[in-house]
Amino acid sequence: MSQDLYQAPDYFLMDELLTEEHKLIRGAAREWVKREVSPIIEDACQKAEFPKQIIKGLGEIGGFGPYIPVEYGGAGLDQISYGLIMQELERGDSGIRSTSSVQSSLVMYPIWKYGSEEQKMKFLPKLATGEFIGCFGLTEPDQGSNPGGMVTNIKDMGDHYLLNGAKMWISNAPFADVAVVWAKNEKGRIKGVLVERGMEGFTTPETHGKWSLRASATGELVFDNVKIPKDNILPNKDGLGAPLGCLDSARYGIAWGTIGTAMDCYDTALRYAKERIQFGKPIASFQLQQKKLAEMITEITKAQFLTWRLGVLRNEGRATSAQISMCKRNNVDMALNIAREARQILGAMGITGEYSIMRHMMNLESVITYEGTHDIHLLITGMDITGENAFK
Amino acid sequence: MNIVVCISSVPDTTSKINFTENGSKFDSSGIQFVINPYDEFGLTKAMMLKEKAGGNVRVITVGDALVEPVMRKALAIGADSAIRINANPTDSYFTANEIAIYLKENPADLIIAGRESIDYNSGAVGGMIAEILNLPFVNACNGLEIDGNSAKLCREIEGGKENLSASLPLVIGGQKGLVEESDLRIPNMRGIMQARSKPLMVIEPSSDENLTSSESFEKPAEKSACKLVEIGNEAELVRLLQEEAKVI
Ligand SMILES: Cc1cc2nc3c(=O)[nH]c(=O)nc-3n(C[C@H](O)[C@H](O)[C@H](O)COP(=O)(O)OP(=O)(O)OC[C@H]3O[C@@H](n4cnc5c(N)ncnc54)[C@H](O)[C@@H]3O)c2cc1C
Repeated sequence: MSQDLYQAPDYFLMDELLTEEHKLIRGAAREWVKREVSPIIEDACQKAEFPKQIIKGLGEIGGFGPYIPVEYGGAGLDQISYGLIMQELERGDSGIRSTSSVQSSLVMYPIWKYGSEEQKMKFLPKLATGEFIGCFGLTEPDQGSNPGGMVTNIKDMGDHYLLNGAKMWISNAPFADVAVVWAKNEKGRIKGVLVERGMEGFTTPETHGKWSLRASATGELVFDNVKIPKDNILPNKDGLGAPLGCLDSARYGIAWGTIGTAMDCYDTALRYAKERIQFGKPIASFQLQQKKLAEMITEITKAQFLTWRLGVLRNEGRATSAQISMCKRNNVDMALNIAREARQILGAMGITGEYSIMRHMMNLESVITYEGTHDIHLLITGMDITGENAFK
Repeated sequence: MNIVVCISSVPDTTSKINFTENGSKFDSSGIQFVINPYDEFGLTKAMMLKEKAGGNVRVITVGDALVEPVMRKALAIGADSAIRINANPTDSYFTANEIAIYLKENPADLIIAGRESIDYNSGAVGGMIAEILNLPFVNACNGLEIDGNSAKLCREIEGGKENLSASLPLVIGGQKGLVEESDLRIPNMRGIMQARSKPLMVIEPSSDENLTSSESFEKPAEKSACKLVEIGNEAELVRLLQEEAKVI
C-alpha cells in the first residue's frame, strides 16, 4: 500500500465538542494505526492472516476494554473515548476494529457486568493487555438473526455442567483463549458460559475463503460434551437480554468505527480527485465527482453528530437499544455507500490494494450483516415507533 | 539526572499555512498543532536517559493556553512535570530569556532544545539559553552518551560528523539521530491516565523584552504549471531555460 496520507475531515468542527483528553486518546490511536496498521494491513488481508504482532500495541493504545474500570486492568474511560478509539481502528481496517470490539464489548463487557469477582480478576486484566484473547459465541449454523432459537445447551451434572452444540461465524475463535458462549439450560434459559482453551471436547476450526474481514480470523466453536466447572457460568444475568446487552456495546462501537472507514474513503477519494487529470483538468473539477464528494462529507458530518449524541446519552446511561440500532444501521450503510462511490472516483486504481477503499468496501459487507443485519435494525426501529413486532 | 526538554508547539507538517492582517499574523484556524519534531527526538532521548540512569524529566514551553494539549501529550509520553510560561513569544530572545530565568531558579543537568522549530526556524533558542546561563552548547546534536558528569556528543556537520565532549550542565539542540524515528513514542493508555494527575505549572513571564520584531511574512510564489517540450525541440528548451526560467 502507498504511504498513509490520511487527514481526518471535521467539517462542522466537532472537535470543539471533545475534551483535550478525548483528542489525546484519538491522536494516539490515529498515530498507532498509521505506524503499526497501515504498513502491514494490505498484506495481511491479501494473505488472509490475522496480524498477531499488533495485539500488544492494540492493548497499549486502549483497544481492549478502555471503559473497564482501572481495578480490572481497564482505563476507566468514557464512552466517547471508546468510540473514538473504534473510529481510528476501523479507519485502518474493520478487521482490526472487530478484534478489538469483540474483546472489549463481547468478552470483557459481559465478564465485567455479569461475572463474579473471581471471574473478573481472573480474566479482565489479561484481556486488557491482550495476553488473553477472547471470543463471543452467539450465532449458530441454524440461528443467525434469531439467536433465541439456539440449540447449544448445558446440562447440570451435579458438580459441573456438560456443554454441547456448535457456534458459527465467531470472530477471534481460532486463537481465542476464552470464549463467552451463550447456551440454554434445561429450563430453556440462556446462560453465559466461559469456555477455556484446552477444555476437553472444545475445538475451534477456522472458516476459510472469506472475501471480507480477511485480517480478522473467523471460526466455529464446537462443543462435544465439554465439562464446564460451575464457577465458569456468569452468575449475574441470564436470558436473551444478557447477550443483547453486550451487543448494544459492540454496535455502539461499530457506529463510531464505520465513520472511520467512511472518512478514510472520502479522504482518499478527495485527494485523488484533486490530483487525477483527465480532459486537461483535475477530475475534482467535474460536477459529477463534486456531487459524490459533497454528498460524502454531508453524510459523514450527519453521522458524526448522531453518533456523538449517542455517546453523550451512553455516558449518561440513557441511550436505548433502539437508538443504538438506528445509529449502527445508518452509519454502516453510509460508510458502505461512500466506499462504493469513492471506489468509482479512483477508477481502475480503486480496485487495487494500493488504496484502502476496496478493502474497506469488502469489509463493510460483513459489518452490515453482523451484530444485527441491516434489515433487522430497521425492524427494531419499526417496532420501537409502532409498537408492532414485524420480525417474529 | 535532572533533564529539561524545551518544547515548541508547531503546526502539523501537512498544514496549509496562511497569514492574515496583511501578512503580519499567522492564521491558526483549522491548524493541528504537534510537538516540534526536533523536540520530540529530544523528549524521547530524555525518557531513555531517565529509564537508564534514573532522574527527572521536565518539559517547558513559552506559550498561551492553546499549547497545553501538546504539553499534556509530552506528559502522557512520560515527562514528569510540565511548565508553561504564560506568554505569546515575540522572538527567540524572549523565549530563551524566559526559559533561562526559570532555569536559573530551577537548574537542570541537561537542557535539550530542538535544533530549530519547524515553524519559524530561527534555531536560536538553545544557543541563547546556553549563552545567558553561560553553559556549553552543541547544536544539531545527533548523538549523546552521558557518563557521570561528562557527555560524549555527535554533531552533524557538512558532509560528515564531529565527535565532541563536554561536561554537564549542558545545552543541546537535538535532532534525528539522538534517537531514531522508530523510537518515537505514542502515548499509551497508562501514560494518558497518569498525565491527568501530573503537574502542569503555569508561571507568568518575567519580562516583555525582545530584540527583534517581525514585520510581515511572505509565502513563496506559486509554482507555475509544468511545461513539456517535444522531443527534437531542444532549442526551445534551452530558450525557455535561458529567457523564462533564467537559470542558464
Ligand atoms: C465476519 C463475520 C464475523 C462474525 N462474528 C460473529 C461473532 O463473533 N459472534 C457471533 O455470535 N456471531 C458472529 N457473526 C454472525 C452474525 O452476527 C450473523 O451472521 C448475523 O446475525 C446474521 O445471521 P445469519 O448470517 O444467519 O443470517 P440470517 O439470519 O439467516 O439472515 C439472512 C437474511 O435474512 C434476513 N432476515 C432474517 N430474519 C428476518 C426477518 N425476521 N425479517 C426480515 N428479514 C430477515 C436478514 O436480514 C438477512 O438479510 C459474524 C458474521 C460474520 C460475517
